[in-house]
Amino acid sequence: MLQWAEMSEALRRTPLYDAHVAAGARIVPFAGWEMPVQYAGVVAEVKATREFVGIFDVSHMGRAYVVGEDAKKFFETLTPNDVSKLGNFQGQYSLLCNPNGGIIDDIIVYRVKQTEFLVIFNAGNREKDLAWLRKNLTGFDATLADRSDETCLIAVQGPKAIELLGESVAALPRFGLGSTTFGGVPVTAARTGYTGEDGAELICNLAEAPKLWGALVAAGAAACGLGARDALRIEAGLSLYGHEMDESVNPYAARLGWVVKLNKPADFVGKAALTALKTSEQNRLVGVTLPGRGIPRENYPIFADAGTESVGVVTSGTFSPTLQKGVAMARVPASLAKVGTPLQVEIRGQRHDAHVAPLPFYKNV
Amino acid sequence: MGAKEKTKMSNIPSELKYSKSHEWVKVEGEIATIGITDHAQEELGDVVYVELPEPGRMLALDDIFGTVESVKAVSELYSPLSGEVVESNSALSGSEAALNDDPYQAAWLIKVRVKDTAELDALLTAEGYKAEIGE
Repeated sequence: MLQWAEMSEALRRTPLYDAHVAAGARIVPFAGWEMPVQYAGVVAEVKATREFVGIFDVSHMGRAYVVGEDAKKFFETLTPNDVSKLGNFQGQYSLLCNPNGGIIDDIIVYRVKQTEFLVIFNAGNREKDLAWLRKNLTGFDATLADRSDETCLIAVQGPKAIELLGESVAALPRFGLGSTTFGGVPVTAARTGYTGEDGAELICNLAEAPKLWGALVAAGAAACGLGARDALRIEAGLSLYGHEMDESVNPYAARLGWVVKLNKPADFVGKAALTALKTSEQNRLVGVTLPGRGIPRENYPIFADAGTESVGVVTSGTFSPTLQKGVAMARVPASLAKVGTPLQVEIRGQRHDAHVAPLPFYKNV
Repeated sequence: MGAKEKTKMSNIPSELKYSKSHEWVKVEGEIATIGITDHAQEELGDVVYVELPEPGRMLALDDIFGTVESVKAVSELYSPLSGEVVESNSALSGSEAALNDDPYQAAWLIKVRVKDTAELDALLTAEGYKAEIGE
């Protein structure tokens, strides 16, 4: 118990921590934060998100603004996706790549206006990303403001999420950014998510976050933890930093080649390396399912049929509450990446038959 | 299964014996029935997969005799005593949620023919287990 007390001092809490505890959530340390891993249970939370609406406290994620004359130019030259395609209040999924083409983080970039961009990034990469952004800002007429700790971020996801959030959110295009109020709380809404469902992520001020959370629960949304979030994103075939990608993995090996716009006008960090990588032999990220009852988990080795040496590895795996079977994402050689290719996954020393399956396993948006 | 609050105390029946690895043992004659505790199922979350040994397998004390998996976690099962497996609970296959709902009755895991009754004395009482899990 002493150890936990000491540890918790170093961990941070979001403004919704008390609401999570009061609702009976189990709290775990995650990326330096004390976060709810589950409330009613992962299965019930996944089901609620697939059938109605689930809400997730993702306030631990990073949020920074880049403001100034060169804000647009900065993202054109830093990120591999093409921000020149964005209108005001539009966002896109993107990456931060190093000069070798390795992935520093996956991010969402929103253009508020030509001279103001919002970037959202992973909790575990906050300091690294901010340092990278600051370093690369040298020479640009723009300034970086880390606003991560000034607001709360709540993801609202599910087939009824948009209906629940109301007309102004319903009017937003995918990755659109807009303003609305919910439960009397003013919010910035971004029509995006990480579950394979339609929905939005709501930014509100710290003081009103518990009120917003409470209003969402009162409207019938189910509070969901990190456990459900992870199962949902694996079902949706969505990559997670540190699992499907890291600095040793390039976008083409992470099923993220579509993000890289080699033909966009601007030169960008990593372009030369990525140009060469695009046509080189790559490992591929694929979906894997098991017809039997085994559950594939991260780092389980993968074998080609009857092979003796492992040829790949599971990057994320879970029991899928929606599909009622084990599902995984795995990195395998390109020659074994075709859908239907028989593979074997080793689970606690035993080989289980598996095959390459199309990604996503489930999607409803 | 409804929402469970962390503040809720675990159910620890006084008539059972317990291991530090969260198995319970109920002895009737020479047969010991073994399962996982309420505390264990609560920690695991929704159980979705159970792997148990075939009857006839000889278990030594602390042998891994099976696996229980929830959506996000894998937990190995350690034999709290030595002996021969005489029965595995085949009713759990396809009804794994019983481990969350009824860990002491319907969701027993295996029955073992006890080899060394002295091992039973080394198991924890309900009070001892309660202290072990800090309740």
